Amino acid sequence: MKLKPEDLDKINEKMRSVTNLREGAGRAKITVHMGTCGIASGARKILNEFLTQVEKANTDDVILITSGCAGLCSREPMSTVEIKGEPPVKYVDLDEEKVRQIFEEHVMGGNITSKYALEIGSERLS
Amino acid sequence: MGRFRTNLLLCASTGCVSNKSLELKEAIEIELKKHSLQNEIKIILTGCNGFCANGPIMVVQPEGIFYQFLTVDDVPHLVEEHFLKGRPVEKLMYIPPKKETPVPKMSDIEFFKKQQLIALSNRGSIDPENIDEYIGKDGYRAMVKALTAMTPEEVIEEIKSSGLRGRGGAGFPTGRKWEICKNAREDEKFIICNADEGDPGAFMDRSIVESDPHCILEGMVIGAYAIGASAGFVYIRDEYPLALKRLIHAIKQAKKYGLLGKDILSTGFTFDISVNRGAGAFVCGEETSLIHSLEGNTPEPRTKPPFPAFSGYRQKPTNINNVETWANVPRIIQHGAKWYSEIGTETSKGTKVFSIVGKLKNTGLVEVPMGITMREIVFDIGGGILKDKKFKAVQIGGPSGGCIPDHLLDTPIDYESLTKAGAIMGSGGLIVMDEETCMVEVARYFLSFVQDESCGKCPPCREGTKHMLNILTEITEGRGKEEYIDLLQNMGMLIKETAICGLGNTSPNPVLTTIRYFRDEYEAHIKEKRCPARTCKTLIHYSILEDKCTGCHLCFKNCPTQAITGEVKKAHFITQQKCIKCGMCFDVCRFDAVRYE
Repeated sequence: MKLKPEDLDKINEKMRSVTNLREGAGRAKITVHMGTCGIASGARKILNEFLTQVEKANTDDVILITSGCAGLCSREPMSTVEIKGEPPVKYVDLDEEKVRQIFEEHVMGGNITSKYALEIGSERLS
Repeated sequence: MGRFRTNLLLCASTGCVSNKSLELKEAIEIELKKHSLQNEIKIILTGCNGFCANGPIMVVQPEGIFYQFLTVDDVPHLVEEHFLKGRPVEKLMYIPPKKETPVPKMSDIEFFKKQQLIALSNRGSIDPENIDEYIGKDGYRAMVKALTAMTPEEVIEEIKSSGLRGRGGAGFPTGRKWEICKNAREDEKFIICNADEGDPGAFMDRSIVESDPHCILEGMVIGAYAIGASAGFVYIRDEYPLALKRLIHAIKQAKKYGLLGKDILSTGFTFDISVNRGAGAFVCGEETSLIHSLEGNTPEPRTKPPFPAFSGYRQKPTNINNVETWANVPRIIQHGAKWYSEIGTETSKGTKVFSIVGKLKNTGLVEVPMGITMREIVFDIGGGILKDKKFKAVQIGGPSGGCIPDHLLDTPIDYESLTKAGAIMGSGGLIVMDEETCMVEVARYFLSFVQDESCGKCPPCREGTKHMLNILTEITEGRGKEEYIDLLQNMGMLIKETAICGLGNTSPNPVLTTIRYFRDEYEAHIKEKRCPARTCKTLIHYSILEDKCTGCHLCFKNCPTQAITGEVKKAHFITQQKCIKCGMCFDVCRFDAVRYE
């Protein structure tokens, strides 16, 4: 398979999601909180659903990471969505359907799904 | 291809592989499967991160978490905590010297913070055995730009105005070298990549080939286009099996994609690269020896001129550049000469890769902008001297280089300032020495290396270094005479002026610089028969102080050669003929009764 110059662009494009992931550079960052409380209340399903959505949307600039308990165990499963340049938004009491809506409206559409949102912003770090 | 949410970039360079990173990979794979994470988390084997002392190293992306000293036993906990529950494991992170809190992110670690990556820009972040990953990081774009949008003259002009100088040691302007070869009137021309890295303790080139082999191939295609060469060689040490394997694999992939060979990218340009394995002779790093070796002849240098640019491989015009030089080429063409020339100092542009080894807290491979001071490399990146001992000197440029003492630590690093200090930039080996290193012994060591590696063709190098070595051995063994220092200097200058090739010309440098900066140590050895660093064994003398010895018998029990005699509760005695000066008695004595001088 001999390449032409434009084929290089195609490979480059195809690899974009990998490159972005490696550099931690993405337009949107989704954090699924997976403390014991989160896992117990179904955070695994939430993570899987986000993964499916990312794959389905075939987007290469959404980064999905896991982290520990966010501190509000009674409202788990929780996720934080952060669009580059905007404050992070925490979503609570999630299920797969809510994930699909949040992904479509907020992650891809850029509009906060306020009916599931807990608050905007993070705790102060001192 | 399924999407992965996390990439585990596990170092699979020579250093980390020997620290069992491949076993680690298997263990992680098993553990990921246990938690059904194998379709979400992917392990990628990368090239060297540079922080070899702390290997095996793994970087977790997208978070950028840096793990070190990993063992197979750590894996179950790590996978469950971090990859399943999202809680990075603190005890596997880097803790800076004298601090208690770990630094989770690679980008915040002092060792990495002061570095600027150009030649190593893909290190640790791509799989070197997958050409698509290189292309994903804009690989081969510079080649397309050169072949389709630039004339050979424009390429040379770009390299010339970037200020790139040869990274193999001498620092000849690369663009100028290409131009000379291009202007040579012959139809057939060759280019060579010199990957015959031989300095003790240096591994810059190996690391570049292991972590990013395609950038060298790309650089060579660009160079061949500019010069008008149709064939190229990589002359690489056979002692670098991993680098060799990845390089050969890369060439195969590039050929399959039509990025090498006939009619590259349908542009009409044809160029092919073959690999030649060297048998590890230091002299083959010298251009003309390398060419002789490549032709199948004895690797001996010849006098220049004619330079290889006029008469090289098979008497045809040949351009040789070092691995690191080639690795810089694609980045210069892609980002432009102006971008490159803004980095560095007036006379030395861009960055330089150094392998920093010796008595340092952080050892490994670093790429820093020219103009950085030695102090920043040793104390900020290197983290200071091991066990907080005192810094004495740093040897730069290997056996051809010289040492930089304490009072020159703030000199900005560039070709000229290092030459002024009596050292050379060299290929980038930095050996840091502390107060317990004897500088006469250092000079003796490097000279014995040169003496072993001298090809024997010219008398100054063959005989001269042998005599200098004899004199140094006499000094370290306490038989030095006062006239020896002058004699060493005179012989050194003579060899410098008369040896045929670079190996011989530069071989006296370690001796000359140590005399220049540490003359007092030479004098102590000669006049007082004393080694101030207490490393020259013949000059150390252990004895037991009768009034302090309680006769506890501990030294007696620990002496490996039974050199100590004495009865319990009576003063002990060391028989000097049997003593091997290991210092064991000194270490075990609880009453300060053992003295050395």
